Order: sequence, then structure tokens, then C-alpha cells
Amino acid sequence: MAKGWYERIRDIDRRWIFLLIALAVVLPLLFEMYFPEIPTPMVKQVYDQIENLPAGSRVLIDFSYDPASMPELQPMAIAWVRHCFLKRHRIYAMALWPLGQQLAVETINRAIDFVKKIEPGREIIYGTDFVNLGYKSGQQGVIKVVLTNLETLYSTDINGTHISKIPMMAGVVNLKSFDLIVSVSAGLPGSKEWVQFGSDPAHVPLVSGSTAVQAPLLYPYYPRQLVGVLGGLKGAAEYEQLLFERKLKPLLEKRLAELGHPAGAEDLVAQAGQYLGYSQLGIKRMGPQTIAHLVIIAFIIIGNITYFIDRRRARGRKTR
Amino acid sequence: MLRRTIPMIITFVVGAVLVVSFFIPHRPFGQLGEDFSVFFDIISVFAFVLGGGNLVWIHGDKISKRRPGWGYSVVCLLGFFVTLVMGLLKLGNPWGIQGDVTEAGSMFNSIYEFVFTPLSSTMFALLAFYVASASYRAFRAKNIEATILLVAAFLILLGRTFVGALLTVWVPDSLAFLRVPNLANWVMMTPNLSGQRALMIGISLGIISTSLKLILGIERNYLGADSE
Repeated sequence: MAKGWYERIRDIDRRWIFLLIALAVVLPLLFEMYFPEIPTPMVKQVYDQIENLPAGSRVLIDFSYDPASMPELQPMAIAWVRHCFLKRHRIYAMALWPLGQQLAVETINRAIDFVKKIEPGREIIYGTDFVNLGYKSGQQGVIKVVLTNLETLYSTDINGTHISKIPMMAGVVNLKSFDLIVSVSAGLPGSKEWVQFGSDPAHVPLVSGSTAVQAPLLYPYYPRQLVGVLGGLKGAAEYEQLLFERKLKPLLEKRLAELGHPAGAEDLVAQAGQYLGYSQLGIKRMGPQTIAHLVIIAFIIIGNITYFIDRRRARGRKTR
Repeated sequence: MLRRTIPMIITFVVGAVLVVSFFIPHRPFGQLGEDFSVFFDIISVFAFVLGGGNLVWIHGDKISKRRPGWGYSVVCLLGFFVTLVMGLLKLGNPWGIQGDVTEAGSMFNSIYEFVFTPLSSTMFALLAFYVASASYRAFRAKNIEATILLVAAFLILLGRTFVGALLTVWVPDSLAFLRVPNLANWVMMTPNLSGQRALMIGISLGIISTSLKLILGIERNYLGADSE
């Protein structure tokens, strides 16, 4: 007997679900669907923590993630590095995940390219404005050691230069030498280990960026041991929005006007993207995520409707 | 003696010193605690060698015995050795053997950028498809517990998007807590937080008791099968 519409929906082949999810991701990317982001108080606290540090502060950024979680975490890492450079903080990059070292290089280079475009003439020098200390094995053991003595493990940077020859390493003894720790992490070791073995014993403020799945595990440390958490793409998108509104907007407008491409509020992001290489990766990727969430919600509703219809039918058969 | 007593003595001394060094971070305990952490970091480097050896052993065995799926093992070993050789010899590195292994232009970096990164991202992205399929089949309001889970998932899914805010934008400010993003935030910061804290406390108590068993030699499984 041929299936009716109800049975077809109830017994839907999962390949149709896969197809709809694929379309929900691909179409918003193709048609560049953007949704406005409203920064939450926690994201604002993270922003203010970096913003309120005096220029030249030492910010340690731990890039503990890998290419698998890169689409979710890279946008916030780029936003943080951009923010630090714009505020003229000194960045100390390190990684507790083997592939984090390469991601640090990539992130910093992208941020430098952008900052140089909006602040022409600005020099960002390796060893003076930023340093990449690289990856060290040992997971939380690394944090435990650098808590008391950084040079024990990090005697050289990724290029093999001894830290005594790197100008910005002067005066850096251990974790207490930093003004802020930023942990971008996708799991273990990550932000949780930074709280337990690093920032809390050293009494150095810590901000965290993690995948959306990991973020709930970090909330118990907020707000005393963690200044704030950027959870997944949503957190990154909100941070990008805040950075744009509070810092980048006037800079982009000014630079575009100097280049002879004045932009209005409507097309500022597009113009900045075209002429200055500006991108809001988090906001851009929130489009597909939003649509995919809606598709999943629709499937949950349909699944429950069919479940209740089945239940009612089964009860009807019993009573007959 | 070598298989049981000495490892147990090492475990006891290291464990006890690390515990004491946390409470008395002064000489000699503070220094010893730091030294043991450095030893751990050095030993962990060897885990890479061990992991590599294990990978070759398991997949080599599968290939030699032509077990089902041995073709995948060939691909795995090929990928492993090609990447290893590219990295060790720094082939194509513009700075030669002196350059950083991750230098742009090197073959190792090319493998990372053009093979490893897209493959990893693809594998991770596949999760979205399975989550959608599983949500359709599993999120059913079968009983009270499942309904609570369903409502929470619903709120979080909506609250993490702009649509959540849009749907409840009409709610007056005096009832702002009923707006979807605020409800999602409440779910995360109240029931979720309480649950997470309870889990953390439970896990920590478990870790403490297991650690004590290890330090005192009550738990000996880590010594191997013939430890009893």
C-alpha cells in the first residue's frame, strides 16, 4: 500500500534531513545572509577587560585548538588579536595543542595585515609587539610550570631565538608578569585548566573563548575566576559587532574616506571588505548557523507532532 | 620488586610531594613540585613516539593480515610517513633545515593547509548532519524528563539566534525575562550552572579518592595485569 503524506513525513529518509541541513548552510553563505548581533553583558565584560588595559599591556594568548574547531574559534581569535593590536598591547602567543602554533601564526598574520591597512605607517614588529612562543607538550603541566617560571619550558620562541634576545620578553618571569590571559580553547587542555593551574593561582584575569559545546562547562567559573566566556560562533559574532561599533567604525570610515571611497553606514562593512580586507567571519557564519538551527527546530516540531499522532492512533486502536 | 614495589614507591613519593607542594609552596616542596611538573612535560614528549609506534604497529598488523578495511590502514600509514618525512626534513622550506617547520611554502605546511585543515573541518562539520537527524528522532516529549530536555533545547537553539530575539521583541520591558534570549540565558546560568557545579564537585571527589588510592597503593591496575 502506498504511503500517505503523514507516513512519508514520519518515516522520512534521513538523507532528506541531510539535504535540508546542507541547503540551510550553503544558501545563506552564497546569498550572504547576515543577522544583527546584540552583544550580551558577558561579551561586553570581555571587551571591556581588553579595552581598559593601558597600552603596552602584556596579553598572553593561548591558541589551544585545531583545524577541526577552527571555523568556530578562529573568528574570535582574530577579533581578539585585532583588538589587542589596535590597543597597542603586546601579544605573547602560545599553544597547548600541537596544531595551535600554526593557527597562532595564521591569526596574527591576518590581524597584522588588517591593522596595517587601516593604520598606514603602523609598524608591528616581531619581538617588540608580538612573539610566538609556540607549542609545548605536557598539557596542564605546561601551565603549572610557567606559573612559576616561564623560561624553564619556553627558553626559545618558534624560530629558536633565545627569549633573552627578544626585547618584549624582558621582565617576563612567569604568569604573574602578564596583565591578561586569553584562552581560546576547544577542549582539554583549555580554559578550565587555565583557571585551575594558571590564572587563579597567579591572580591574573582570564578571558575565555570556547566552542559552544564547551562553554557551559566554563560558566561555573564566571564571574570570579573568569572575566567572561565567548561561547562559539555566537560569542565571536557579538564580539565582532562590539569591536566594530566601539572601535573600528570610525577608523574604517576615516581610512575609506582617505582612500577616496567614502562609505555610508549601510555599506561600510562591504566597502571595508573590498578595499581594506575587513571581514566579520563570526557574523558571516552566524547566517548559516541561524538557518540550520531553525531547520533543526522545525524537525523537532514535526517529529513531536508525528509522535503524538501515533500515540493517539495507538490509544484509539486499544479502546476499539 | 621492579614491577611492583619501585613503581609504587615512585607513585607514593611523587603524589605525596605534589599534594604537599600545593599547601606548602616553599622549599623544598615548591621546587620539587615544579621539578616533577617539568619531568612530566619531558615524559609526555615520549608519548608522541609511543603513539606513532603504536599507530604503525596496529595498522601494519592489519595490512599484513589483510584484515577487513586494510586499504584504509595503507592510506593512514602513507599519510603518516609522508607528513613525518616532510616535517623532519623540512622539504620545500624557504629557510632550509634551519627554518621553522611551519614556515609558509614548506611542504609540511602545504599538507597542513590544503589537506589536513579541510579534512578536519569536514569531519567536524559532519556533526551538524547527525545532530539534525538525531534531533528529529530523539527529541520527543515522551515523559516529563524528556519534555524538560526538549523545552531547554528549544530555548537554547532559539536563544542562540537572532530569530529568538525577534520572536519576543514585542514582550514589554517589565516582562523582559520572558524574552527568548533571556530565557535561554536563564537556562544556561541557573539550572545548567547548578548541574555543572554538582557534576564538578562529584568528579573532584572521585578524583581525590582515586588519587588517594593510587598514592597509597590500594589501586594497582596501572601496574599491569600481573600486579596482584
